[in-house]
Amino acid sequence: MTTGNTSPGIDLDEATRLELERAGIIVSQVDFIYNWARGGSVWPLTFGLACCAIEMIASATSRFDIARFGSEVFRPSPRQADLMIVSGTVTKKMAPQVVRIYNQMPEPKWVIAMGACAISGGPFKQGYNVLKGIDRYIPVDVYLPGCPPRPEAVLQSLNYLQEKIRKQDIRKDPAFTKGRRQYPVPEFAGTDLEPPYNPQVWSPPENPNTEPVVPPKKSAA
Amino acid sequence: MSVATAPNYDLTQRDGLDTSLLEVSMGPHHPSTHGVFRMDVKLDGETVVDLKPVFGYLHRNHEKLAEDMSYLANMPFTDRLDYLNSMTNNWAYALAAEQLVEIEVPERAEYLRVVMSELTRLVNHTCLVGFFINDLGALGTPLLYGFREREKILDLFEEASGARMMCNYFRFGGLRKDVPDGWLDRARKVVDDFPSFLDEYGKLLCENEIILSRTQGIGVLPRDLAVNAGITGPMLRASGVNYDLRKVDAYGIYDRFNFRVPYGEVGDSYDRFMVRMLEMRESLEILKQALEDIPEGPVMGSAPRVFKPKPQEVYGRIEGPKGELGFYLIADGTPKPYRYRVRPPSFINLTVLRDMCLGQKVADAVVILGSIDIVLGEVDR
Amino acid sequence: MSELPHEPVIQQFPDVEWEEAAGALVVPAAKAPEVAQWLHDHNTLALDYCSNVTGVDYLEREVKEKITNDDGQEETVTKTEPGRIDVVYHLYSMRNKTGPLVLKQRTGRDNAEAASLTPVWRSCELQEREIYDLFGVKFTGHPDLRRILMWDEFEGHPMRRDYEEPCDYEWEPTPHGEVLEKHKKGKVIA
Repeated sequence: MTTGNTSPGIDLDEATRLELERAGIIVSQVDFIYNWARGGSVWPLTFGLACCAIEMIASATSRFDIARFGSEVFRPSPRQADLMIVSGTVTKKMAPQVVRIYNQMPEPKWVIAMGACAISGGPFKQGYNVLKGIDRYIPVDVYLPGCPPRPEAVLQSLNYLQEKIRKQDIRKDPAFTKGRRQYPVPEFAGTDLEPPYNPQVWSPPENPNTEPVVPPKKSAA
Repeated sequence: MSVATAPNYDLTQRDGLDTSLLEVSMGPHHPSTHGVFRMDVKLDGETVVDLKPVFGYLHRNHEKLAEDMSYLANMPFTDRLDYLNSMTNNWAYALAAEQLVEIEVPERAEYLRVVMSELTRLVNHTCLVGFFINDLGALGTPLLYGFREREKILDLFEEASGARMMCNYFRFGGLRKDVPDGWLDRARKVVDDFPSFLDEYGKLLCENEIILSRTQGIGVLPRDLAVNAGITGPMLRASGVNYDLRKVDAYGIYDRFNFRVPYGEVGDSYDRFMVRMLEMRESLEILKQALEDIPEGPVMGSAPRVFKPKPQEVYGRIEGPKGELGFYLIADGTPKPYRYRVRPPSFINLTVLRDMCLGQKVADAVVILGSIDIVLGEVDR
Repeated sequence: MSELPHEPVIQQFPDVEWEEAAGALVVPAAKAPEVAQWLHDHNTLALDYCSNVTGVDYLEREVKEKITNDDGQEETVTKTEPGRIDVVYHLYSMRNKTGPLVLKQRTGRDNAEAASLTPVWRSCELQEREIYDLFGVKFTGHPDLRRILMWDEFEGHPMRRDYEEPCDYEWEPTPHGEVLEKHKKGKVIA
């Protein structure tokens, strides 16, 4: 940040800028400084659910080293974390817990859905206990496909998140305007969760078939 | 039935003070439960009075899914059972399915299967030791050492099979394809460098005062309870039972290799940890012998074009790094299995968790769970 | 697929049948704990390790059999086999390091009940709970029979062959178009 234009978006001519810099003054936007600081110090929550958790841990080890991108520590407590990397299959039994933990995280908070299972159910999509994607209940910022994605892919998703953070506007940011986002926690019903998805966050895509598509019945023997 | 509580712990009620018990739910989101596992513990002060494990947070209906897929299409799903050791899961399934149809596995494939399986055992044990010491409080350092060695072995897996973790490398009758040129030399180099890492690791950990005082005498599992509860793997051998499927069943070509089976005396957490450290050295012996004797040749036997076995039932089992991993298949003449059952070692090893933790402190409960070595993908399937 | 001799068991307990096709001993539920204890304490068999406990669901189906009728001609007879749930036990001996003996308990699909062998082999405890959860078989004599993998309020037994999964696939299940047609006809996606 010290090289290059330290005052983006501000109409300052070169001579004034250099004079101010010599005196130790940088003129910049609050947005730029905030987003640079926030993006450069995203602390994830230790939230490994299944196989992708091992690749997430591998991305934190010395070969791939997520700490050089700012995620120095993985916090076990959601109250102290910024980022929830949902890595692994979210089952219906686990979904209320995921939403509860998301509710406990303070703003600003982001979610990366890591792996095919967290995006849409993955290879286990045909499951009576599998939630077909965590974005049915909480908003997701970055989707990272793979089964499991390589640690380099995890690092790239963190880079995308940092770019997204850099574009945030502090005047319109929901953390400052509306307070902490919390979503209702689903309950266990007889055969499915109640509600099966949160309409504020997700709605099922348009069905182009004219007749409803149901899973085929199994043969008897 | 023998009892496995801490010595001098009285199971009868105490009268006098009118106190109440503290109920704590440890998990499913907990830094030391190795995944989404929940333990409801009732505490009297810090002593565990009752413990109820809760499963099912990762139940992905693997068995029901398998009834809808053909036999070969189930192979990638076996990778995701015990997601740290994908090669041994594949082998257990291939072993069960090869009993359904008469297939001859070529020599080179048998040797490579042993090499892959023992490399997986090394990966599992280093990671397990790392996670175990992590639970004790050494936040990260032994874990990172273990993962550093794991990366070297994962590079070998990636060259051979194309993926780091979910290898999907075994097929019925052999392997998917042969290893590339120079792979055997690279594998020999990894195996030659490993003992010095084990020496360093062992020197740091095995006689460490903190580890000794925190793991010796904690979570003692008596022999007859271990056998009766169906415990298998390093946990059983730490309790003093000499039962290793590589020697008992001698599946594959394990009867050609000269290796010892370490087993413990007391059955506490320290024994479980030491059995795994010693097993790593024995795996290196097997690897040295296998990499020397490996012949040239094809890696795929003649499997039938369409895998449609006659109606029969088989149970194939191997000594996985966590215990006995078995697959029970019922074939009914169609290309899909009628019943596909995984016998999960981690799930059954958890039968005695409550017994071992009664009377111990809360912090010891975490240590005991770490020494059992569970992976939730296998517990819940 | 049993590799241990089954004749001593049949000699001792005449109620027990031997199923040749599966290589398993079929034990009636009333006798099961006694047979299990006898197998556990036996000198040479010494089956002290129960490795695997599984449930298998068979729906009611029609079976065609060729028999010779009274006129001496062969004809194909269609029998209806009632539905049943099998509970299969694989028993090994750790002391003698010998191979499996397979035990089966049979029960009907409505009000499925079987005897729990947990008092004899502790390893059956969690696995029988799983069979109760996923198949709906009640085990009499089990110390703690409740759901293990699904949540407590769940209704239904998912591993049964006639279980209908809730339809929350979104509009596109995994096969679609031509492939979906083939899947509906029962052809394999391999």
